[in-house]
Amino acid sequence: MNLSFFDQFTSPCLLGIPLILISLLFPALLLPSPDNRWITNRLSTLQSWFLHLVTKQLMMPLNKKGHKWALILTSLMTFLLMINLLGLLPYTFTPTTQLSMNMALALPLWLATLLTGMRNQPSISLGHLLPEGTPTPLIPALILIETTSLLIRPLALGVRLTANLTAGHLLIQLISTASIALLPTIPTVSILTTTILLLLTLLEVAVAMIQAYVFVLLLSLYLQENI
Amino acid sequence: GPLSERRLMDVRLGELPVWLATRNFSPQGLLGGLQKAWSSYYDKYINVKRGGPAGISMLLAGYCLLSYGWNYQHISK
Repeated sequence: MNLSFFDQFTSPCLLGIPLILISLLFPALLLPSPDNRWITNRLSTLQSWFLHLVTKQLMMPLNKKGHKWALILTSLMTFLLMINLLGLLPYTFTPTTQLSMNMALALPLWLATLLTGMRNQPSISLGHLLPEGTPTPLIPALILIETTSLLIRPLALGVRLTANLTAGHLLIQLISTASIALLPTIPTVSILTTTILLLLTLLEVAVAMIQAYVFVLLLSLYLQENI
Repeated sequence: GPLSERRLMDVRLGELPVWLATRNFSPQGLLGGLQKAWSSYYDKYINVKRGGPAGISMLLAGYCLLSYGWNYQHISK
């Protein structure tokens, strides 16, 4: 019974084209490029407002060199947000439930921040491995701990996104199955379960947005340390 | 006007096979057709002065239907 619930995470093929390809390309349709008008349509206006908000938020703590990362961080944020939210519609496929995709996003970007730091300011980057004011006997242990925490960052980034979204989708499927199964026998419990399902869906919408934000925020934090 | 220059909505049902034969099915032709279809949808429903949620909702509903169709073999078990 449990195995069949994981079927929603396999990308079905039709005519040899997996659905993941369409789910990756579809958000591009929902984000039109603004044409050079004084007043654009409501969708473009909303989109520009949102992009300005996100870019300002992300770029405020970064110094001037960090502003080179504006495009990739903002587009990453928009991409993840769109994909997560679209995955909540019925029958759609969420690419970010696949660990491979999230690791493919997290690992190169984290490595880029690390290499930027190591190349431009190696002593400062290495200095982050030892917090200020540690007592001298603790230094070796702390360096090991900090190195481990540094190396585990890409894994944490990828797995955090995957686990949150997968768990959410699974929960929705489980609870909806339960409420439908209970409907003929105990309608009251079925109504209770449906209420839980509604609340859960709201939570999922929030989680979808938050997870995208957290991913990009952490990346920008790693960037701040290193640039 | 002549059959090869008419748009899909202006072609009568009986003339459909002949009209299809005049279409350009090369990759550039298909991409151009796709681009044209998207821009006509966009200009008609989204790129308007007082657009509402309807334009995007139709798009999202179409996306759901498409995903359903893609999943059909898998679900019908």
